[in-house]
Amino acid sequence: MDFRRVKDYFSWLYYQYQIISCCAVLEPWERSMFNTILLTIFAMVVYTAYVFIPIHIRLAWEFFSKICGYHSPISN
Amino acid sequence: MANPGGGAVWNGDLHNHRKESRSLQGGNCPKNGILKEAQQNGKPHFYDKPIVESFEEAPLHVMVFTYLGYGLGTLFGYFRDFLRNSGIEKCNAAVEREEQKDFVPLYQNFENFYTRNLYMRIRDNWNRPICSAPAALFDVMERVSDDYNWTFRFTGRIIKDVINMGSYNFLGLAASYDESMKTVKDVLEKYGLGVASTRHEMGSLDKHKELENLVAKFLNVEAAMVFGMGFATNSMNIPALVGKGCLILSDELNHASLVLGARLSGATIRIFKHNNMQSLEKLLRDAVIYGQPRIRRAWKKILILVEGIYSMEGSIVNLPQIVALKKKYKAYLYIDEAHSVGSVGPTGRGVVEFFGLDPRDVDVFMGTFTKSFGASGGYIAGRKDLVDYLRVHSHSAAYATSMSPPIAEQIIRSMKLIMGLDGTTQGLQRVRQLAKNTRYFRQRLNEMGFIIYGNEESPVVPLLLYMPAKVAAFARHLLNRKIGVVVVGFPATPLAEARARFCVSAAHTREMLDTVLENLDEMGDLLQLKYSRHKKSARPELYDETSFELDD
Repeated sequence: MDFRRVKDYFSWLYYQYQIISCCAVLEPWERSMFNTILLTIFAMVVYTAYVFIPIHIRLAWEFFSKICGYHSPISN
Repeated sequence: MANPGGGAVWNGDLHNHRKESRSLQGGNCPKNGILKEAQQNGKPHFYDKPIVESFEEAPLHVMVFTYLGYGLGTLFGYFRDFLRNSGIEKCNAAVEREEQKDFVPLYQNFENFYTRNLYMRIRDNWNRPICSAPAALFDVMERVSDDYNWTFRFTGRIIKDVINMGSYNFLGLAASYDESMKTVKDVLEKYGLGVASTRHEMGSLDKHKELENLVAKFLNVEAAMVFGMGFATNSMNIPALVGKGCLILSDELNHASLVLGARLSGATIRIFKHNNMQSLEKLLRDAVIYGQPRIRRAWKKILILVEGIYSMEGSIVNLPQIVALKKKYKAYLYIDEAHSVGSVGPTGRGVVEFFGLDPRDVDVFMGTFTKSFGASGGYIAGRKDLVDYLRVHSHSAAYATSMSPPIAEQIIRSMKLIMGLDGTTQGLQRVRQLAKNTRYFRQRLNEMGFIIYGNEESPVVPLLLYMPAKVAAFARHLLNRKIGVVVVGFPATPLAEARARFCVSAAHTREMLDTVLENLDEMGDLLQLKYSRHKKSARPELYDETSFELDD
């Protein structure tokens, strides 16, 4: 029962996505092509975020802490 | 001195008006007794209610998604064009022949691109054949497409009793035969159908004369002339009235027939913003001060072209201010009442009666019989010398076949019904029913939260849909629920403002309107169309009448 409601909600959400992005007027093969491309791009974004953002944050933190580190010896 | 009817705002205009009527009473009387009647009936009631028109803007995310949707459609359009050109896919659209491949390409402009790639995908919502009279309920032929709308075939089934929200049937007079149309049958038996001549040769019938007298009486003017086709009335008669050396000031959203007539005339055309009196006044001032572009002489004539009700916006022209401007700057006014004659005003006489003005203030009345009278054809009415000039010089009178007699009789019968000359009050009841239906429909739609354009008294109701996929889904879903609507997209409207246009009719009963409204409610929830941010009622934009000077 709960599953049906969740499924209905997701199918309504998918329909909204189709309507807003004009997928509803495309032919089925165009629709699958567009969905594939969109999911691929989304997957690449997620992968990049997962792999690279922690490294960038660590490097930025080291860079700024080195600058602040230089400040403290001079002021002493 | 007491000001009759509402007049605190209209002091300037009232003063002018009184001056005119006094001078005419002394002078030569007009031909028939009609004008005398207008003067004696005396003080017209001036339209003192505030004009409530709204053109609400959509929220930003809606516009972004609309453009994104069109962008995606365009990308796929390029992709499909590439597939078609390289031969991977069969091309169903028009292409040039082999011999023409080295010539200038014919089908590469944006209009053809749009038609091939965007319009074709949702083409099944337009040009749907119907197979009954366009009354409040009508029958639609069912058709399906096997190859994504490139070709259609009829299944043979007929969808019966579809509620008609698209036909211009404002007073419900476009119905199948009933006993009140007996005079049309008699005229058909006596005169036949074809006229086989133009007005100048042997096509002027006594039916035309009777109809023209009736139209003049209906509009309270001196004379009128009728033509066989409404579009041709505009496009063939504006060139006869203005020519080179004249100036036409035309509204931004004028109909194609007015634009065509203006261009054919050879006059200079300047466009003012839709219903915007400041823009019009600026153009008038510049025209009077600077004259013609290089030779600096005064313009021979300045003609203001407006419509009574604009069919894509549902807005009503701001006639009192235009008349005041025209009198101040000595211009002429041509008003196209295609949608407003028979449908606005307390007795259905059009926008002049709606605002309570004097018919002598407007120089040229033009209208069609297609919308409220259930027939076809157009008329031009005004002063007798204007109409006599058009009888001789109009291109339509010289070259176009005149109106067919049964159609003329149908218009005569409808007009007599509206005026009450057939002895019943059915006409007046229909006009009042239309006003009631309009107000109810608009009020309910506003309450539901849709964005509706236009004046709250206009029976043309555009409901904004914005996204192209929603346009297609809206029309298809409603047809499945047996409601027929007209949806409009680019190029008839701006690119991002696709809409569904409802035409309320006096023939719609309260139950029909409630059914339609219920279904619209469900559609609004399913497709998320309720964009309005003013839940209670449309925010009224009160026109500030004192925003320009009336001192003269």
